[in-house]
Amino acid sequence: MQTETKSHVDQLTSPAGHPVTLLRFEGDIASTSKDAVLGTYQSLPKNDVKLILLDFTKVDYINSSGIALVIQLLIEAANAAQKVSAFGLSAHFVKVFTMVGITKYANLFPTQSEALAGL
Amino acid sequence: MSPSKSATVEVRLPTRLGYEKVAMSTAEAMAKLHGFPPDRIEDLKTAVAEACINAIEHGNRLNENLSVGVVLSVRPDELEVKVIDDGKGIKAQPPRPNIDRKMHGEEDPRGMGMFLIQALVDEAEWVAGVDGKSSYVRLVIRLDKEA
Repeated sequence: MQTETKSHVDQLTSPAGHPVTLLRFEGDIASTSKDAVLGTYQSLPKNDVKLILLDFTKVDYINSSGIALVIQLLIEAANAAQKVSAFGLSAHFVKVFTMVGITKYANLFPTQSEALAGL
Repeated sequence: MSPSKSATVEVRLPTRLGYEKVAMSTAEAMAKLHGFPPDRIEDLKTAVAEACINAIEHGNRLNENLSVGVVLSVRPDELEVKVIDDGKGIKAQPPRPNIDRKMHGEEDPRGMGMFLIQALVDEAEWVAGVDGKSSYVRLVIRLDKEA
């Protein structure tokens, strides 16, 4: 019933010249998304990756279990001194992420270009 | 169909994660029919999803022999959703989630469902059923209230 979460990793360079690792998600982000969200993040080389962007543009549905996975990712990233930002959330999920306090630990941007410029 | 009249729709969901989306779609369709604005419909969908997930996980404890009832009642100025399970109901409201405590490992990253429900709808109440069954959460969103 839940749409499988797909994830894809891209490497980009910010306008300031910093390497940026982009995690693109697609589908639902729910309790079944642990491998796609945390597993993909944990496969990144921690010493080399310092700037991470999460792309939610193609995510249709996020529930509280999915938000908890994002928070777990943020916890691990904070422990590895990585900076995480996100883009592509609908206005509703920007509101929800703000309500639960995620914006205290990850900046949210409307688009990829704005996110890259904001790093 | 006259959207200005009261109407009730009942849906019975299997106790299986993912089926909350059926309740979300039904709530969305009813709210659209009755002129609720898009931002309130998104609030309703998330609140209904979280209520159904709680019913599936905690109320019915993932027991697939049970089902989750969803009763959606629309009146001219509000939409009420009852999500009914076979659990004993909640004894006390969990504390409001604290992102700093979560980030420092002092609080489970999960446990935001009830907070989201309360934050997104105009009324939310949890009612324990008699004999430890048929507990429900009742949600209301009103047409005249902006998010």
